[in-house]
Amino acid sequence: MPKLTINGKDVEVPPGTNLIEAARLAGFAIPHYCYHPGLSIAGQCRLCMVDIEKTPRPTIACNTLAADGMVVNTETDRVKETRRSIMEFHLINHPLDCPVCDQAGECWLQIYYMRHGLYDPRMTDEKVHKPKAVPLGPHVMLDAERCILCSRCVRFCDEITRTGEIGIFNRGDHSEIGLFPGTDLANRYSGNVVDICPVGALTDRDFRFQVRVWYLDTAKSVCPNCARGCNIDVHVNHRRPHHNEGRRVARLKPRFNAQVNKWWLCDEGRYGFRFVDDPDRLSLPAGKNGGPPAATTWDDTIRSLAETLEGARPDEIGVIASPRMSNEDLFALRRLTERLGVTHVGFRVPPAKPADDDDLLLRADRNPNTQGAELVGVGADAKPILDAARAGRVRVLWVFHHDLFASAWHEVEVRQALERVPTVIWSGTNANRTSELAHWVLPSAAWVEREGTFTNFQGRVQRFRRAIEPLGDARPDWDVIGRVLAALGAEVKATRAEHWFQELASTVSAFAGMTYRTIGDSGQIVAAAQEAATR
Amino acid sequence: MSEKILSRNFERPDAYTLAAYRATGGYQAWDKAQGMEPAAITEEVKKSNLRGLGGAGFPTGMKWSFIPKDHAGPVYLVVNADEGEPGTFKDRYILERDPHALIEGMLIAARAVRCALGFVYIRGEYVTPWRVFSGAVREAYDAGLLGQGFDVVVHRGAGAYICGEETGLISSLEGKKGWPKVKPPFPAIKGAFGMPTIVNNVETLACVPHIVNRGAAWFAGLGTKTQGGTRMYSVSGRVNRPGVYEAPVSVTLRQLIYDHAGGVSATGRLKAVVPGGSSAPILTADEIDVTMDVDGLRNAGSMIGSAGVVVFDESVSVPDALAVVARFYAHESCGQCTPCRESTGWIEKQVKRIAEGKGRKDDLDTILDVASRGAGTTICAFYDGAVGPYISYIKKFRAEFEALIPK
Repeated sequence: MPKLTINGKDVEVPPGTNLIEAARLAGFAIPHYCYHPGLSIAGQCRLCMVDIEKTPRPTIACNTLAADGMVVNTETDRVKETRRSIMEFHLINHPLDCPVCDQAGECWLQIYYMRHGLYDPRMTDEKVHKPKAVPLGPHVMLDAERCILCSRCVRFCDEITRTGEIGIFNRGDHSEIGLFPGTDLANRYSGNVVDICPVGALTDRDFRFQVRVWYLDTAKSVCPNCARGCNIDVHVNHRRPHHNEGRRVARLKPRFNAQVNKWWLCDEGRYGFRFVDDPDRLSLPAGKNGGPPAATTWDDTIRSLAETLEGARPDEIGVIASPRMSNEDLFALRRLTERLGVTHVGFRVPPAKPADDDDLLLRADRNPNTQGAELVGVGADAKPILDAARAGRVRVLWVFHHDLFASAWHEVEVRQALERVPTVIWSGTNANRTSELAHWVLPSAAWVEREGTFTNFQGRVQRFRRAIEPLGDARPDWDVIGRVLAALGAEVKATRAEHWFQELASTVSAFAGMTYRTIGDSGQIVAAAQEAATR
Repeated sequence: MSEKILSRNFERPDAYTLAAYRATGGYQAWDKAQGMEPAAITEEVKKSNLRGLGGAGFPTGMKWSFIPKDHAGPVYLVVNADEGEPGTFKDRYILERDPHALIEGMLIAARAVRCALGFVYIRGEYVTPWRVFSGAVREAYDAGLLGQGFDVVVHRGAGAYICGEETGLISSLEGKKGWPKVKPPFPAIKGAFGMPTIVNNVETLACVPHIVNRGAAWFAGLGTKTQGGTRMYSVSGRVNRPGVYEAPVSVTLRQLIYDHAGGVSATGRLKAVVPGGSSAPILTADEIDVTMDVDGLRNAGSMIGSAGVVVFDESVSVPDALAVVARFYAHESCGQCTPCRESTGWIEKQVKRIAEGKGRKDDLDTILDVASRGAGTTICAFYDGAVGPYISYIKKFRAEFEALIPK
């Protein structure tokens, strides 16, 4: 391991570490644009200059590997002066349209100008003009005048997605990024170019002009749209409720996790949050007593549910859990089914069309917690439950989240089953064809409205935090299940998701020893997977 | 006049043929080199003090010795025939009038670095040189000189100056945009197609057969202490006999202008000289008593570069000349590195304004400051090449610029 000195501080770094990362490890930030740890070295923005002892002039840190005995200084007068010059060069032809630019507030031109520039502008000639507001694909908008030609987007499409849609065309100060003829930036990961664009050149068509970024709040979370569980930040708009078309969730951004998603997030996940604020969200529990569903209170609902469940024999109750439920929900549900002695429990409902995966992030299993459902123990295949319902052997059927009509099951069979069961309870976030046929519709809090954990396909248990309040009377599933358990006479101490997780960890060996604290921000592998990995 | 070595056959109308080349001693060096150990060839070239004649003046033998000895895969030899430095047209003469000299030099160099495949990257505008050289390659194949362990691919560029920068050339050869590559790694370690690669200029390689034939000591003795041989100077501008002149590298600029090129034309009064292609800082009329080798011009604050000598007489407007040069660099900047991409265009705008009589009081100081701030901050030497004229034209002829700026 090379040992070097950076700004007088000794630091030891892994072999192959460049000076930007070595300085980061030593606690110093070297400004840079083109360098990105997930991409190849371009060395073209020229901002990351540092002084290395015994070299005649400042050297770019991105393309210099830390070496034993190296003496690096990131803050000499010469380096500072070089940075100021490079900042001026970056801004000569920049339109300086921050007031109408979406990147404002999270723009590295603004940040570095304030930190390292602060020169008096001298450019008085006409700037170079380039195309503006050019859609590159379904999600990304280009403003070529704001582009600093760092080539991160080009390298992303060349090296990560290997789709190669973007190139840099023309020469000199007329250089601009653009699409190769006949292509569209429509790969499954296109939104990432917006994240890695350090300036306002590439903006998100979904997010553009919705909220100023300084009004956003953020919560650490996990993407619920496939079994990988990419780490994300949920950006929400509390402070300007009249912006963003009244929607609370403004955007999702990938959060680095070396073991899960690195820096990336697929478009399906990135834009898969709109259901949270859609008009079909359920916000009040509703029951049908021979008529149209009528909104009611949770107290009445819980009492009625408990009575209905008590009034049925255990073998007359069916529960179709969901791999979209958190570990905590599933464990509460397991408690309930155990207490009632229910045997018709399952969670697997095949999708109508099998989803596909790729070699980057996306998993064919588009559920966030299949692994968790298996480990917690809520049955397996749900088809026998459907068959029992069709045969008239089920009096109470509680379906969580699934729209059975959107499954691979035959529509006629689903309808038969739902129509034969005297009491269908449906829990979920948004109305669908299954909820329409249910006798009880229980609004679930969406994942961004609550705490919990998912176990991804690697067996990694990952926390998601609450970013916003639940809509209306929507509640986390564990809360509803817990209250039903209590109404049935069980002792329920858990009042928070974390309590349910503690019970889970002390009951199911795979989760033994885990707490919300040990899971932390980057997750923890379950015991079984750990053994498999060491085997 | 001294002995002509590189240009000895230029006057023969059939010099481009294999027969003529053979008749004047061609391919004897190759015969000799085949009996030499590769390391011995490199050693001989080192001792000859041959330095790269494309612009940078790097010692050729030393460059060859950087090829890793333990490399298992292919090694490539790339000939830089993308002669694009304004004021330079000497490689064109070799390609058109003595193409076999290059092929023979390539054969010897390839043996020295154990290379089986060479690429010749010819400037796109050089149609005739490309035709003639391709014909010579065919002749060499037919004669069994090529294709027996060494093959040559002739590749045409598409008109970008930056593709004459060796790593820009490699990018272009690889089918990519002609962007210079970040160094390290250097081409000798990881060059064309990721393999160790030697990039040599046309004229440099054309010297090699003579070194092998007549010995390193003879070649070294032709030049100065630090640079051996003769080289070909392209002399253009306001001289009576513009053209390519071969001379020992110890020749002075004054001799080149007055003895070789017939003196200053037009007004007859010398004003300034660009001694080594457009990137070389300009010299004033009283700075021409310098030897035209790498070190002579470095000591004079300029550079020999590609040895393209452009002569200005008293009637030439230096601001107008700088406007042309600034336009060239703004147009040819590849756009990769921020300082070069952004400031070549900015400086062009300012110089153009000044030349058109619309300059502002601060323009000259701004240009000098911007140019010196950008110098040395980029991937390749292109910007430093642009800075040469920006700074030297203004510093040495400031009064002429100031006279154009409205008070």
